[in-house]
Amino acid sequence: MKVFCNGEAQEIAPGMLVADYITQLGLDASSVVVECDGKILTREEYGSHALQDGSVLELIRFVGGG
Amino acid sequence: MFTIPEFSALQDAVSRATEAEVLRALHSDRPGLAGLAALLSPAAEPHLAAMAKRSGVITSQRFGRTMQMYAPVYLSSFCANRCAYCGFSADNTIDRRVLTFAEAESEAMILHQRGFSHLLLVSGEAPAKVGVDYLEELALRLRDRFAALSIEVQPLATEEYARLFRAGITSVAVYQETYDRDIYKQVHLAGRKADFDYRLETPARAAAAGMREVGIGALLGLADWRAEGLALGLHLAWLRKHYWRTGLTVSFPRMRPAQGEFKPLAPVSERNLSQMIFALRMFDPDVGLYLSTREEARYRDGMIGLGPTRYSAGSCTAPGGYGLENAGGEQFEVGDNRSLAEVSAAIQKKGFDPVRKDWDAVFQTKEDRQQAA
Amino acid sequence: MLTIAGRKFRSRLFGGTGKFSSPEVMKEALAASGCEMVTVALRRVDLNNPADDIMSVLDRDRYLFLPNTSGARDAGEAIRLARLARASGGGEWLKLEVTPDPRTLLPDPIETFKATEELVREGFKVLPYINADPILALRLQDAGAVAVMPLGSPIGTNQGVLTRFQIEIIIAQAQVPVIVDAGLGAPSHVAEAMEMGADAVLVNTAIAVAGDPVRMARAFAMAVEAGRIAYEAGLGAVSKDAAPSSPEDGLGFLR
Repeated sequence: MKVFCNGEAQEIAPGMLVADYITQLGLDASSVVVECDGKILTREEYGSHALQDGSVLELIRFVGGG
Repeated sequence: MFTIPEFSALQDAVSRATEAEVLRALHSDRPGLAGLAALLSPAAEPHLAAMAKRSGVITSQRFGRTMQMYAPVYLSSFCANRCAYCGFSADNTIDRRVLTFAEAESEAMILHQRGFSHLLLVSGEAPAKVGVDYLEELALRLRDRFAALSIEVQPLATEEYARLFRAGITSVAVYQETYDRDIYKQVHLAGRKADFDYRLETPARAAAAGMREVGIGALLGLADWRAEGLALGLHLAWLRKHYWRTGLTVSFPRMRPAQGEFKPLAPVSERNLSQMIFALRMFDPDVGLYLSTREEARYRDGMIGLGPTRYSAGSCTAPGGYGLENAGGEQFEVGDNRSLAEVSAAIQKKGFDPVRKDWDAVFQTKEDRQQAA
Repeated sequence: MLTIAGRKFRSRLFGGTGKFSSPEVMKEALAASGCEMVTVALRRVDLNNPADDIMSVLDRDRYLFLPNTSGARDAGEAIRLARLARASGGGEWLKLEVTPDPRTLLPDPIETFKATEELVREGFKVLPYINADPILALRLQDAGAVAVMPLGSPIGTNQGVLTRFQIEIIIAQAQVPVIVDAGLGAPSHVAEAMEMGADAVLVNTAIAVAGDPVRMARAFAMAVEAGRIAYEAGLGAVSKDAAPSSPEDGLGFLR
């Protein structure tokens, strides 16, 4: 199935959990925040929230800024 | 809530300044509280002329070459307080009266015909005689004929001030009389006024209620005027921080002879009074400063342009004193008996414009007016 | 000591984390600055370079993160970024920036005010970045902002405290701390702001892009301290009246 992450279409396994998706991208879950279909997920939800076909994801983290 | 330091600490602060500190404050745009203390100190006395000049320059910058004119209407001489210095004190045997609405209106209209559009409604502190209902009714009767109505009556609660604001009263004056707790206790023998802190918090309540302007003051002659000046500065600064929408004024009532033969505990000379006015002007360039008819004509004429921005004229301090027969006893004897025309002429002669109105209450939000009506 | 929303700060210099040549230089420069609070921005993870987490070099026990809402063009976007920042572990602290004009990056006062009201309701500790408008500063204070951050000059211009007159008024009136932000390009600029009585300053670009950011960070730290000490010590005023008047000039009426 297809999800849209940070503006890019990505092919992933059906029913994948957010936690697994983050790991697959090579990210440390503690350093990113996930907004899925307009809703901000808490860290605890990463392990239980399954992605849907067509889900729109935003992966955000702190970067340098003034 | 606003609190005031021990009076002895204030006295200490205003007595220590060096000449260098005075000069620094004199040349500073924002002298701050330390600068105010220096300007009130004995070390500043040799620099009184320089202070006058600076105070005059600041006053002209902030207020233009204008002087706002007002007159008091005394509504009642009944008072529930026993204040050792006051002609209205409950202890004194004077003719007491409270004006009916018709009488109060007639007094107000006499002042209106004389050319005043800013009235200060004054009464002794006797809520049973002149309470919020009375003031509200009178304000509703007068509001459309005057540009501004102020009150100088007993301290009220925030909601009561809000009611009066809706009725057209836009400014409140409540003087602490003295910021020295010990002296305060000594001269306020009985009545609600004996509560120092309740009175101290009153200007904040009036500001919280939305009053456009709040006045504070100390009755000069009760305690060390230098420390009173610093206390007024502290009070002003606190009110500015917490109620930045509210215009602020300070009055400098200096003790005059009154029924009861009270002798000033700490006499204040004209020179002292001038120093206090100049110092507060330099401390707070925007504060309105009153100089009432308690002072003599010669002194008031001399002070035009040097700091004060509000002058009364032709004042009478007895209820009914402008036009009624059997006027009651007066609160104090005035020092400047000239008419509005005469005082205005003196102001014009100095190159200033006597202004009879400023804000028009008619601009106040319509809903307020309807709600009150 | 400086206290903002109940938290004490020994240093009155706040740092930024943008525009450094490398995470290591940033880390060393921030250490040299002595700052205890640093601003950070929020951005999408670069999926082509996902391991590039430059913030991991900073010790979160040493630096309080002050997430900003940079990039937000209206209140709605700023609020969204704020919520994301909180979810990222940024805590409740927030530097609110709403800059609809990409040319000047000047803050929008109306959107900033709206966002402040909402974010205060949501429990954020809001430090709004504003033009040096005294009434706006007071309105934001009344709306619950824990500090205000007026700009010295437009961001990135290094022009120093061009808004001096208005910032003086803000300092005189505000009950909340005043942190001068933006446009401070040299240690002399921050010294000036601190001498005026600013509670703190925020410096990013001027340190990050200096020839030697570590030494420049130290220079800014010293200037902040010098300015603060000068303010507390009481500066001598510039004299306006050249000629002293005679002792009784104009006071002949006194009796």
